[in-house]
Amino acid sequence: MLPTTFSPMNTVDPFADMRRVQGAMNRIFSGARTPAQSATYPPVNFWAGEDSIVMTSELPGLTEQDIDLTVKDTMLSIRVTYPELQTGEDAVWHRRERVEGSFLRSVELPFRVNPDHIDARFENGVLTVEMQRPDDDKPKRIEIKTT
Amino acid sequence: MAQEITTPETRDVASTNGDANRRAMAFTPAVDIFEQDETTVIMADMPGVAPDNVDVTLERQVLTLRGKVEPYVPDGYRPLSSEYRVGDYIRVFTLSDEIDQAKIDAQFKNGVLRLELPRSPETKPKKISVKAA
Repeated sequence: MLPTTFSPMNTVDPFADMRRVQGAMNRIFSGARTPAQSATYPPVNFWAGEDSIVMTSELPGLTEQDIDLTVKDTMLSIRVTYPELQTGEDAVWHRRERVEGSFLRSVELPFRVNPDHIDARFENGVLTVEMQRPDDDKPKRIEIKTT
Repeated sequence: MAQEITTPETRDVASTNGDANRRAMAFTPAVDIFEQDETTVIMADMPGVAPDNVDVTLERQVLTLRGKVEPYVPDGYRPLSSEYRVGDYIRVFTLSDEIDQAKIDAQFKNGVLRLELPRSPETKPKKISVKAA
């Protein structure tokens, strides 16, 4: 049998680079502060702790009622709806840069989280969600005995 | 109306003057500007800014919006992934109309600054009657 570099378990996708470049271009042209694609909005930051994880997201202009958080196993979903700005019909617009509309984003978490121990806060337009790993999901240290 | 001073090239990142302790980076907040009933309304997104850290100045016709962010780092956590960056906000406009400075109303709620700038009565268009000779 001829030796081959092709390994079925670790397929090198020849188009991966092209997709990566395209993604980078999309990010450049969409503007860093005004994302509009639902799949990547809202942008989120993650912080890792011992057995917990914190997610933060900037959602200016919303109230607690406009944010809908759901979690199932390792999937966290954020649904946000920006309320329509109340202006009269005679309003003359000069600039319209702020995000509007409604968005749904699902984020895969690195581990299963306990849905009963989620602490979500919303302050000054920033959402902070602290999630705990359930006890039965924590990695267990295994003692190695010497004979 | 409201003309922006920063050029489009410096969008997203503007330098802050003075204040050497602050990080050198500041963001341009997204704004909505509309005019209605002799009032110009400016809404600027400044998430993460506490209401006390918002600073609005109007000098002659130059309107400066600033917001200072106290970076949030949860205790005992390390950064895992980051899709957005956190920093101060600054944006400068020149207002072409005379604004009634005494009647400017500024509100800050849920990370959004709302400014209402009423036009002063002197600059409202006056109808001049033409007399027949």
